[in-house]
Amino acid sequence: MKRKWYDYLWIAEIAYWGLGLCNILFAWLGVFFFCIPLFIAVFGGNKAYCNRYCGRGQLMGLLGKKLSRNAPPPKFLRSLWFRYGFLTFFMVMFCLMLHSTYMVFTGAPLRRTLTLLWVFKLPWQWVDVSIAAPWMAQFAFGFFSIMMTSTVLGLLTMILFRPRSWCVYCPMGTMTQGICRFKQGREDSENGRESKKDRGTA
Amino acid sequence: MAKSKKYARVGRECVACGSCLKACPRGAVRIVSGVIARVDQEICVGCGKCARLCPADVITMVERGDEK
Repeated sequence: MKRKWYDYLWIAEIAYWGLGLCNILFAWLGVFFFCIPLFIAVFGGNKAYCNRYCGRGQLMGLLGKKLSRNAPPPKFLRSLWFRYGFLTFFMVMFCLMLHSTYMVFTGAPLRRTLTLLWVFKLPWQWVDVSIAAPWMAQFAFGFFSIMMTSTVLGLLTMILFRPRSWCVYCPMGTMTQGICRFKQGREDSENGRESKKDRGTA
Repeated sequence: MAKSKKYARVGRECVACGSCLKACPRGAVRIVSGVIARVDQEICVGCGKCARLCPADVITMVERGDEK
């Protein structure tokens, strides 16, 4: 099958990690990875981002060819309670990160650490963030922590189960599927109302 | 590619990630409204590549004509 330009977006994922490790402020670029899938789901009503443009999914797919055990995942991983529970947990952590950004904005000192898996603090003192406002740097530290945590989880489940196991419980995937389901439900009920109306006038 | 007696069927717990889209050599899979993957029985040759790659393990190979 002929490859398209978006089949190479895994390079963007690697570039993001390379840039972010060189200078944490590049973590801000990750905001695109959050906004684009939501934008596509809200305005397009589909999961084209997951299906075509997700660099992380592509990278896991490529690495998984060599590294994955390719074992079926446990059933709870795909259950709605786990997926929405993980999304809720993820959003709470995201809000806490926004709160700490706000605290720095209001004068609290900048914390130069990355938090891996929500627990482990990695010192990140060596990086120069003087070109940006402290709150911008704090957001970058927090955002990169989230990206790093999700990547580590994705890599672990890639090795243990199937290459793209992260996609099953990816908070963005859960959210965009929820949006699509909501939009489809609304369209179905509108179509139902219209066909009832048509039958009434006929 | 010769058609096998089986075809791929997607379960309701599909996460619509699109792994099966890329795995299918015949383009028999489509994602419906970003909610669930659907396999066209007529096009599916029953190779099972999608089922082996599905990260949620919701694709099963079923006998043609077995609609239960």
